[in-house]
Amino acid sequence: MDRLTTIDKLGILADAAKYDASCASSGTAKKNSLGGPKGRGGIGSTEGMGICHAYAPDGRCISLLKILLTNHCIFDCHYCINRKSSNVRRARFTPQEVADLTLSFYRRNYIEGLFLSSGIIKSSNFTMEQMVECARILREEHDFRGYIHLKTIPEADPELVYQAGLLADRISINVELPTDAGLTRLAPDKNARQIEGAMRNVNSDITETKDARKRFKHAPRFAPAGQSTQMIVGADQATDSDIVSKASRLYDGFKLRRVYYSAFSPIPDASAVLPLKRPPLIREHRLYQSDWLMRFYGYQAREVMDAADKDGNLPLDIDPKLAWALKFRETFPLDVNRAPRDRLLRVPGLGVTAVNRIIAARRHKSLRLEDVGKLTVSIAKVRPFICAIDWSPTALTDRADLRNLLAPKQEQLELFAA
Amino acid sequence: MSAHRQTEDNLHYSVSMLEPDDFAFWRHKARQLVQSNIPPERVSWSEAGGCGDLFSGGDTQLPPVPNDAATVRASKRFLSLAKNVVLHTDLERFALLYGLLWRQQSNPRIMEDKTDNDVRRAEELDKAVRRDSHKMHAFVRFRMVELENGEEHYIAWFEPDHHIVRANAGFFKRRFANMHWSILTPRGCIHWDGDSMRESPPARRGDAPCDDPTEDLWRKYYASIFNPARLKVSAMMSEMPKKYWKNLPEASLIPELIANAQKRESQMVAAGEQDFQAKPETLEEVGTAINRCRNCPIGDCATQAVMGEGPKNARLMIIGEQPGDDEDKAGKPFVGPAGQLLDVHLEKSGIDRKDAYVTNAVKHFKFVLKQTARGKIRLHQSPAAKEIDTCRWWVEAERDIVKPKLVLALGASAARVVFGKTVSISQARGKPIPLEDGSELWITAHPSYLLRLEGEARATQTQLFDADLAAVQQRLVQL
Ligand code: SF4
Repeated sequence: MDRLTTIDKLGILADAAKYDASCASSGTAKKNSLGGPKGRGGIGSTEGMGICHAYAPDGRCISLLKILLTNHCIFDCHYCINRKSSNVRRARFTPQEVADLTLSFYRRNYIEGLFLSSGIIKSSNFTMEQMVECARILREEHDFRGYIHLKTIPEADPELVYQAGLLADRISINVELPTDAGLTRLAPDKNARQIEGAMRNVNSDITETKDARKRFKHAPRFAPAGQSTQMIVGADQATDSDIVSKASRLYDGFKLRRVYYSAFSPIPDASAVLPLKRPPLIREHRLYQSDWLMRFYGYQAREVMDAADKDGNLPLDIDPKLAWALKFRETFPLDVNRAPRDRLLRVPGLGVTAVNRIIAARRHKSLRLEDVGKLTVSIAKVRPFICAIDWSPTALTDRADLRNLLAPKQEQLELFAA
Repeated sequence: MSAHRQTEDNLHYSVSMLEPDDFAFWRHKARQLVQSNIPPERVSWSEAGGCGDLFSGGDTQLPPVPNDAATVRASKRFLSLAKNVVLHTDLERFALLYGLLWRQQSNPRIMEDKTDNDVRRAEELDKAVRRDSHKMHAFVRFRMVELENGEEHYIAWFEPDHHIVRANAGFFKRRFANMHWSILTPRGCIHWDGDSMRESPPARRGDAPCDDPTEDLWRKYYASIFNPARLKVSAMMSEMPKKYWKNLPEASLIPELIANAQKRESQMVAAGEQDFQAKPETLEEVGTAINRCRNCPIGDCATQAVMGEGPKNARLMIIGEQPGDDEDKAGKPFVGPAGQLLDVHLEKSGIDRKDAYVTNAVKHFKFVLKQTARGKIRLHQSPAAKEIDTCRWWVEAERDIVKPKLVLALGASAARVVFGKTVSISQARGKPIPLEDGSELWITAHPSYLLRLEGEARATQTQLFDADLAAVQQRLVQL
């Protein structure tokens, strides 16, 4: 193993990280590399919005060097390519190698920073120590001020997780599977209570350090970009409703910044307890859309679940907002010239920007359908749900075939949907 | 309106920008024009190096601003928009902005009317410039050269669509403060030496270095982080249009990655997939299926698969490890020495083996051939975790059909096939573990373990084994 070159290890340990959905490098404290303790400035900046430096052919943004410290693991989670009983090639970086790689990519402007996760070697604490060491080398020895995301090991000592939070912009702790039964079955070495306990600790550390910073300017920052988590979709029987309700409990309970959904992807050397087929990627997309509804459109988890079909899953052919609107047609049409903002946000086809524009524009004049058309991407989807000066959908809203009229026409959208 | 201004009613003014991205200059001129009450249709704007203006009446000298001129007003939104719009390459941008500034004097909220064509046009230009800047932040790729004095210099070649280079210098300065770098573009270059920023005239592509060994690492990363099971080319293309590809070292890999994605995905699936098809619904079907099963390497060495045995609706399921030499030949579970020992202890505890469904975690005999004095013997080998997990499919099929209230796992392999992980028998034995389907799992040692022990150890373990079986029997009565 030690004879592997850096490039071999990078290949193995990036390959092992490719199943992870999260990539965002945004939402952290503004930092830049001018001036500072060492006089001549450090390296790196974060300016709120993360930057996608490249896109992979899977449409996903590459903004961070996302790798594993090692893919050796003493655990045996069935959905995971790195589980103990899998036959993949193993490799292991030293903390110094990870730091060097991060810097040489960063200096060439390939990335925004590092997203480090790891298989569990020796023990949870040992692994966590190594990850913290990577971040320490970057921050302390190189004055690196770019983005660092550490995926912590929930079983590790809270003190180590605290160290991680002082160095990282974001901490994540994966819940992996939405139900306890799924976790017991597919990740027998993990424990739902322990995972949530770790999230709770991180959350209270975040809150405490935030409070301290209000009082003392020099109190340390702790994971300024908050904590996030990831759930694997389609590896077990959990329905979209299970997933959405779990996500909403996590958002509420631990003030998570983001919940990522990752469609279970076939892994080489898979375990026999897994499904044979990958779930459609569009399912993952629908879950992200429902996430938006909850975070930016004021929907309750309950309401998203109401939009699901009888089997507890969101429809795949239409988006959850449209699904909700079709189920609750009695709340439409809404008058674009009068309806309050929170109601307009419920109109399928109107995003936050469009609603803001409508509200600004209607201060100047009464809107006609044509005006609304100028403010939205596609008026066709919006029409059945609104009234304007010269437009009322009358019977359109109630047509039995409305869903067919509005659903995108082709099945093959699955692969190419945004 | 003063007489002085009325006399100039027919004059056209032309303003020539010195730099295409000089917002301060534009603002200064525009303010002057508004204060002199000169409407947009009497002003023409041109860029330095541009071809003058057809309407200009020759007098490019703007009139002096009257002393009583009102202050010029512009909304915050307009100012931030205008700063960006100026950077666009559209030649109409200065006139467009002046028109909006002019209209704002009588309608201060004009910028809020997103249905207005001028407002929409300005927003489009702003958006294009912001996008271009964003792409510059993202797609500038530095290459490192080592200077003679040993210092590292990072040099990038970039081709922006608009006049954004100077406006974005600050971003790169804040990000790469302790590096020496240059960004070369056909619209002018910027250089940072760790202390100060310098500008220089436009460059050509050949002025930048043509490679950097680190790009091999970067390409390796790019190719490895891509999951071929999730191909979404259009999503990639909309964010990373082809026009940028020629300056991105990783882009040369894209066509091949796309072309091979499907093949790689099927390989991934094939490597992960086992040919289980549908789960069998009767015990007979399980029997046929396991005989054909080659999902793990063990299937190939055994004589036959060994099916479980017992009533279809047994309340107790006993799971052993795997068939041994005798079972392999007989095609029946627990007929060898370990089976005989099990029978003795079951009887002792009052459990009737005929009432139980008895089966194994792994359905085929795993062994190695060993040469001994008496010829070759088949030496038993314990199944690997992976093999147990693979065979779990069949054990679950049996459990689904028989639906036992209580499962008794003999040994670690049996516990793993039900529980999914390897447990320590000494910790897990003697108490029920609730299972997903409402039944419960009990774990104890495998009888062959007792066979291997001697003396006191054997006595202690046998006692424990009996105690476990007694507890199971008691629990069966309760259930
Ligand atoms: S041991 Fe199980 S998984 Fe392996 S070949 Fe036999 S039946 Fe199939």
